[in-house]
Amino acid sequence: MVQYATPDLDLSFAALSDATRRGIIDQLGRADASITALAERFRMTLTGMKKHVAVLERAGLVVTRKEGRVRTCRLGGRGLAAEAEWIEAHRKLFEARFDALDRVLQDMKQEEENGSAD
Amino acid sequence: MDQQTNTAPNPTKVECLSDRELAVTRLFDAPVAMVFKAWSDPSLFRRWWVPEGHGINLVGCDMDVRTGGKYRLEFAAGDQTMAFHGKYLDVVPNQKIVWTNDEGEDDGQVTTVTFEDRGGKTLVTYRDSFPSEGALEEAMNGAAKGLPQQFDQLAELLASER
Repeated sequence: MVQYATPDLDLSFAALSDATRRGIIDQLGRADASITALAERFRMTLTGMKKHVAVLERAGLVVTRKEGRVRTCRLGGRGLAAEAEWIEAHRKLFEARFDALDRVLQDMKQEEENGSAD
Repeated sequence: MDQQTNTAPNPTKVECLSDRELAVTRLFDAPVAMVFKAWSDPSLFRRWWVPEGHGINLVGCDMDVRTGGKYRLEFAAGDQTMAFHGKYLDVVPNQKIVWTNDEGEDDGQVTTVTFEDRGGKTLVTYRDSFPSEGALEEAMNGAAKGLPQQFDQLAELLASER
């Protein structure tokens, strides 16, 4: 396999530390989209969306291409996919785990209230 | 704290603290002692570490949660089994649990979980520290290439079920 230039991880993480930008990545994981479409989807101004996309682009996570008057965004090379997936997989795993932990804690509270029914 | 994620009452936040540290935080509506117990008592821990309904079962759960103690968790998913093991480097009841992850070929990450009182609730911070920048990167690339990074397999399996 070709060794891709690895985008700076710091940049990637900074880029992915924002919920909207993670949403953009998630969205682009399903289909390429124009900046206008992304702005509408995330109920944001065009300028605001351009800024988010620029951060993602600098981190090498998103690539944009201008066709006529439309700038289309897609997930960038290898980098992103791997890193974003990894972080997203972590988030999903821990969310599932912690939801389950919440339920266990509820049970423990319940038992305590019931005066420890052994 | 600094981000407004008000969609869920207690969101799970994942962030990279540096190029070799990943942190997961969440606030739990229970006192510290209770949350610590849920992390350190194997019979409670096994009820949530692998959430139900994902086709993965925790078939073995040995945990000796004290400084110098060891753990071994065995999972089964279909005909696949995987084991996670390591030792507890530092355990301070109701404050923190630190353990190694020794299932990989190289030095694995060190996991630190801290429990902080937040007015009767508990803020849990789960932090994975990789031995080098390269190791975190490798873990990520490994996840993409499907290398036997067990945690990633599990994470992917769980993610795909959701």
